[in-house]
Amino acid sequence: MLLNSKDFLEIKQLTVPEIELILSTAESLKEISQRDIKKVPTLRGKTIINLFYEVSTRTRTSFEIAGKRMSADVVNISTNSSSVLKGEGLKDTACNLEAMKPDIIVIRHPAPGAPHMLASLLDCSVINAGDGAHEHPTQAMLDLLTIREKKGDIAGLQVAIVGDITHSRVARSNIWALTKMGAKVTVVGPKTLIPPYIEQLGVSVSYRLAEVIPKADVLMILRIQLERQHGGFFPSLREYSKLFGLNLEKLKAAKTDVLIMHPGPINRGVELDPEVADGPYSVILEQVTNGLAVRMALIYLLLGGVDI
Amino acid sequence: MDKAAVDKALEHISRQIIQQHKGIDNLGLVGIRTKGRYLAQLIASRIKQHQGVELPVGTIDTSLYRDDVSVTPNRPILCTTQVPFAVADKKVILVDDVLYTGRTIRAALDALMDLGRSRAIELAVLIDRGHRELPIKADYVGCEIPTTVDETIKLIIDEGLKHYKVVKLKDPTAKKW
Amino acid sequence: MKLLICGGRVIDPAQGLDRVLDVLVEKGRIAQLSPDIDPPTGAKLIPAQGKLVVPGLIDMHTHLREPGREDKETISSGTKAAVNGGITSVACMANTNPVNDNQAVTEFIYSQARKTGHCNVYVVGSVTQGQQGKLLVEMGELKATGAVAYSDDGCSVKNTEVMRRALEYASMLDMLVICHCQDADLAPQGVMHEGLISTMLGLEGMPALAEETMLARDISLAALTGARLHIAHVSTAGSVELIRQAKARGIKLSAEATPHHFSLTHEVVRNFDTNTKVNPPLRTAEDVAAIIEGLKDGTIDVIASDHAPHTSAEKEAEYNYAPFGIIGLETLLPLSLTRLVHSKAMPLMDVIARLTINPARILSLDKGTLNVGAEADITIIDLDKRFKLDIAGFKSKSKNSPFQGAELQGLPVLTLVGGKLNTSEY
Repeated sequence: MLLNSKDFLEIKQLTVPEIELILSTAESLKEISQRDIKKVPTLRGKTIINLFYEVSTRTRTSFEIAGKRMSADVVNISTNSSSVLKGEGLKDTACNLEAMKPDIIVIRHPAPGAPHMLASLLDCSVINAGDGAHEHPTQAMLDLLTIREKKGDIAGLQVAIVGDITHSRVARSNIWALTKMGAKVTVVGPKTLIPPYIEQLGVSVSYRLAEVIPKADVLMILRIQLERQHGGFFPSLREYSKLFGLNLEKLKAAKTDVLIMHPGPINRGVELDPEVADGPYSVILEQVTNGLAVRMALIYLLLGGVDI
Repeated sequence: MDKAAVDKALEHISRQIIQQHKGIDNLGLVGIRTKGRYLAQLIASRIKQHQGVELPVGTIDTSLYRDDVSVTPNRPILCTTQVPFAVADKKVILVDDVLYTGRTIRAALDALMDLGRSRAIELAVLIDRGHRELPIKADYVGCEIPTTVDETIKLIIDEGLKHYKVVKLKDPTAKKW
Repeated sequence: MKLLICGGRVIDPAQGLDRVLDVLVEKGRIAQLSPDIDPPTGAKLIPAQGKLVVPGLIDMHTHLREPGREDKETISSGTKAAVNGGITSVACMANTNPVNDNQAVTEFIYSQARKTGHCNVYVVGSVTQGQQGKLLVEMGELKATGAVAYSDDGCSVKNTEVMRRALEYASMLDMLVICHCQDADLAPQGVMHEGLISTMLGLEGMPALAEETMLARDISLAALTGARLHIAHVSTAGSVELIRQAKARGIKLSAEATPHHFSLTHEVVRNFDTNTKVNPPLRTAEDVAAIIEGLKDGTIDVIASDHAPHTSAEKEAEYNYAPFGIIGLETLLPLSLTRLVHSKAMPLMDVIARLTINPARILSLDKGTLNVGAEADITIIDLDKRFKLDIAGFKSKSKNSPFQGAELQGLPVLTLVGGKLNTSEY
């Protein structure tokens, strides 16, 4: 069985069987990272380019290790978006990279749709590692894997996504992923950071975290980007933290088996108190471990998946 | 091959293993993917009947070690490699249902090596159907069935290990991959 | 040189005319309009049986890019595209480089048009110097040089005080001011309509509100100053309603809509095609319906192209970084006929009026009619011809159109500019 596309660009277009395939492949691949020899030869001679137009430690490292554990050669290219604006355009960069015959390009870019543009220009596979506020599909896959491991079935779960929904690609990918898998999603945040018509994506909207906590099976806390404050989206970090930050006090009302998730990096004391981030309900580090497995699975499923 | 014939072949393999190892200390069975695991379990339970010792049984998935990843049009869904014992310094017997080209066994050998340095590796197969493409030979063979390349041999077995049989099918796509 | 256009269905909204007539053109003017004219000796016969014969189309909103961005379009290539699209007169916007905020640029454009142009060109000057929204241009001087209107198109004059002075001053000169209504503060980084699709794609939205608040302000200013105000490229249902109400109150106001705003919705942005990036943005199906309704009931007076050419290098970029704008000269007529006439949304006569006499009257041009004595700007149309649009054949230097491959019905076949013949190629 294979994925339907040569690329992995968004959860939006994924079918449930495709999601299941990626998850079950990832589950099978987790074992490799527990061995002494953490490497299998399956993608020997394949080349993966990590093309990152935004700074990222965890996602880039995760893709790099994922590739290497499958014996692919991984090359990292970091560049900042300002050089894009004045210098070489994405199209030229892409064509130049393709001339070196990579098998996969993993791209992170501040502009929504940049991976789609790359995918339409190139014959090699393209993986979206985050495009602006659009999607971060591997993050949603690793979140699904984590929830499934902890909760068994995803269908019927109450998942609250808390924070800056408007600017969050993690929120969008998770909304698609969770609703496709049958979870009930509520987005929670200040009204200024909830995008219009979001409820048409099949989610509920709440402006009161306290009302959402008691019924949630999963609390997915988003990183609040500190610069949003200056965009006038909320008055101060102090007030944000009071209204939408998660601390031990608020968590008292939660279910006893609630999962606390965060895509990282955490602003400790802003959206998440350290005691909660490091507490018993937190699965934040499992998310990172699962991120590796999901990315290994994707690389494996995309490479060699050519019809001949 | 009906169930009785399969049982007879498994009994043959089990006895040979016991005889060869004169006691069965330091031995482990590793099945190749699901069907190999089932057979390994059946062999282990026979050895237990005869010797009263329970051999550890593991599973490996050879998909990640295959030499045809980028030329097959399709691929099996991965299953987890699960070897619940340290292979280092153990004698390991690989178990598979059908020995054909030898390529799966080659991959399994590599996979097993990555799990540690075993003292020795042997191979047990239920059926040897011929047509080897690599210099590989089984140490224990349940039954030899001559075939042509456009045929395929299939072990049909249920999870509860209650019902099983071997069938021969015409498979026009058999030689494709 | 005499030309006789025989047997066509002549439609001239200015005269309320819709019947089969022959048209005789002499010395670049319409000499006679009647059934069965005997061909004068030496006259070239143009058979038009089964075709429409209408006044040459007037596109009051184009960007010809010269001076400054001749890589995108020149006055020569832009007017060639216009003629190919059945258009015989264009008004070109002031956002050239340098901005057309002075006599020298206006004179340059007119002189280039005389030397290299293929159709009539009318110049729109800017409202403020450098389109900076601060100091007024020398409106009197520009009018004397031939400017037909003022516009800071591309943005609004943000400062309300400056806009008030601009309208007062323009009304003193009895000149038209064309407004691109958009409150920039409400959509600072916006690249598409704010709605469900922008939410799905994570693209920054431009709310309908941004257009409507600025439009409401400009309507109030028009009421206060008595100036003649023209609203460019109306894109929202709310705007249509505001204009309808303002007209009912007797405010001197006219408005235009573009074919893309009544043909496409924000749904087409889904695949991140930068040829759908346009300002104002493509909006919802309800907005499209309201614009068609506004065109039908006369709230919207004019169909204009907002032809905005950009090079493929600029458009082959990330959606956020690609420039706004699509070409429209060669799709103006086919889209209007397909979406409005063949869909039975509007009578043919009304659609032709919004492409001819209405813009002529708004710009005070002696054009847009087939009256005897008028300059022979004539467009001959094959109304029923079905075709698949292929942008490769367009005469515009740029190819940034979202309509590639569209199945359309009705196209121009022959255009006369001042009696000079041009064959259209589609």
